[in-house]
Amino acid sequence: MLTYIARRLLLTIPTVFIVTVIVFVMIRLVPGDAVDAMALRLSQQGMEIDLVREEIEAMLGLDVPVLTQYGRWIGILPNKDGVIDGLLQGNLGGSYWRAYTVNQEIARRLPSTLELGLLALIVSQVIALPIGIYSALRQDTIGDYIGRSIAIIFIAVPSFWIATMVIIFPALWWGYMPPVMKKPFFEDPLRHLRAYIVPATVLGMSMSGLTMRMARTMMLEVLRQDYIRTAWAKGLRERVVIVGHALKNALIPVVTAVGLQLPLLIGGTVIIETIFVLPGMGSLIVDSTTTRDYPMLSGAMLFFAFGLILINILVDLTYAYLDPRIQYE
Amino acid sequence: MSDPASSLDGAGAGQGRSINFLQLLQRLVKEKPLGAIGGVITVVLLFTGLFADLLAPFGMNETDKLNFLAPPSAQYWLGTDHLGRDMLSRIIYGARVSVVVGLTSSAITVAIAVFIGVLSGYIGGPFDLMVQRVVDAVMALPGLVLLLVIISMIGPGMWSVIVTLGVLGGISSSRIIRSAVIGIKENAYVSAAQAIGCRRSTMFLRHLLPNIMAPIIILFSLNIPGVILSEASLSFLGFGIPAPQPSWGGMLGGKARPYMMSAPWMVLWPGIALAVVVFGTNIFGDALRDLLDPRLRGGAGRYGTMGIGKALTRSVRARLAGNGTAGSTNIAANKEV
Repeated sequence: MLTYIARRLLLTIPTVFIVTVIVFVMIRLVPGDAVDAMALRLSQQGMEIDLVREEIEAMLGLDVPVLTQYGRWIGILPNKDGVIDGLLQGNLGGSYWRAYTVNQEIARRLPSTLELGLLALIVSQVIALPIGIYSALRQDTIGDYIGRSIAIIFIAVPSFWIATMVIIFPALWWGYMPPVMKKPFFEDPLRHLRAYIVPATVLGMSMSGLTMRMARTMMLEVLRQDYIRTAWAKGLRERVVIVGHALKNALIPVVTAVGLQLPLLIGGTVIIETIFVLPGMGSLIVDSTTTRDYPMLSGAMLFFAFGLILINILVDLTYAYLDPRIQYE
Repeated sequence: MSDPASSLDGAGAGQGRSINFLQLLQRLVKEKPLGAIGGVITVVLLFTGLFADLLAPFGMNETDKLNFLAPPSAQYWLGTDHLGRDMLSRIIYGARVSVVVGLTSSAITVAIAVFIGVLSGYIGGPFDLMVQRVVDAVMALPGLVLLLVIISMIGPGMWSVIVTLGVLGGISSSRIIRSAVIGIKENAYVSAAQAIGCRRSTMFLRHLLPNIMAPIIILFSLNIPGVILSEASLSFLGFGIPAPQPSWGGMLGGKARPYMMSAPWMVLWPGIALAVVVFGTNIFGDALRDLLDPRLRGGAGRYGTMGIGKALTRSVRARLAGNGTAGSTNIAANKEV
């Protein structure tokens, strides 16, 4: 177990390093664009472009060799003012246009996305697990076919379309609009939940299809195990066999699948936040993409990537804890 | 958990069998009626895309200045949009975008996945370890966000969408090919080929490639619905196929949104088209996998159809077996990146 944790962490170091290189190279592939865009903006404010071009480059830190830029960015080389302040120090960078740094923007917007994501995750599990388990218990019955069809439909129907329908039709038929909420959670938790429950349900629904099929498969596999047959043979009631013996073992891998679905959840929040105008990370990313704010984008991307890597480590360790049979090499 | 992960990693799928398409079709209709329905939807999509010019009653950008936002009628079966363009014609032309993006992007995905997967799996050792860390890194970046950033840098357009989706998909799907190759490498005929001094190119083309045909076809067909949805999501957000060209995702977003309250048919039809096509290609791909790859048909017995659930289970298992830090999220990637 200890060797596993060590190996797992060691393998993460190169991954994290490569993630920073990919993001750095991607963003630096368009330095001309950045300076040109900045120069254009300044010239619109009435400044001479030729005079300030070098200044802009210096301001953005593009006037030094690429390796130095990378070193400054990840925080092993000192900046012009001699201060070492980069990723290693927890500074994700600045922004071209915004008054806030990446860290400040994330601090402002993360709670909204976390709330949406967590609610969506809960909704998807609440929809998926009962249907998936029922499907497995009544395999090849009408109930199973209905359950499986629901799963495929949830996978096929795009979330942005459901979201659009949810906005249009209740408004047309009953004049109902999902409430909009911009105050912090703790000022008015109930109204806050009301504002987030519709977007979260849409997102959760579209994610539940995969979990449903996963839960069904795992449950079916467990139901064929010898210890389940033994439980039946002992004359235990169905409820005891299912809840006491099968469920626990079937659900452990489902927990792991949640870790695998996180990138999906992040993509989903980008779309849902755009549609429901929620002030979260997703709308930050879409806004920054539209304004070509690459430092902000690289910061947000790195934040998500580090978060995903961390959560995946935690998921793996949780699994090792939950299921002692798994032997790691 | 009676099965070790080894039998679940898709290794050596369909070994040594040449694929007879006519026979496959018969089995599809007989054993997988739902998959056959998916196949019909896929074929209808394909023909709609190919013959859009002949099928569409109006041009894709033909405007009727007297009929803005007209509800469905005998003349305009699905109504018109805010510029007076016929919705039915635009949906039909939109199918063309889905077909082109789905097929070409999946082809790129397969080519890149095979290239990386075969090299990484066959050479192994430190090379494999290094390549897999890069794959890990790409997979750690959230898909849709990465797509948005790349497309905003290279500029929106049909080809940037196709290439970006194809390359990113190929990098993460290389895991599937790699595990298939690693499974095949253990076979005696590979050692025999090595022993007689077989060149690497011969090894790849004559011995490895034919034996991973089944996972390749499965990867290709199951990648298509995911790509179609991703393109739709991108176009919806305004980073996909640029304006006058109709794309189902784009028809739901952007300039259409202010009008959706007064003309709900503008957003109803593209979504239905999208859902039906993704549903159809998905179950068709599922059925194809079941038929092509009996070993994937369910761990220890007959569990009915092997769907995304089982594939997801496999990727979880593969990851728990400790081969790499991130499991194959490719299956999860089947939906909206």
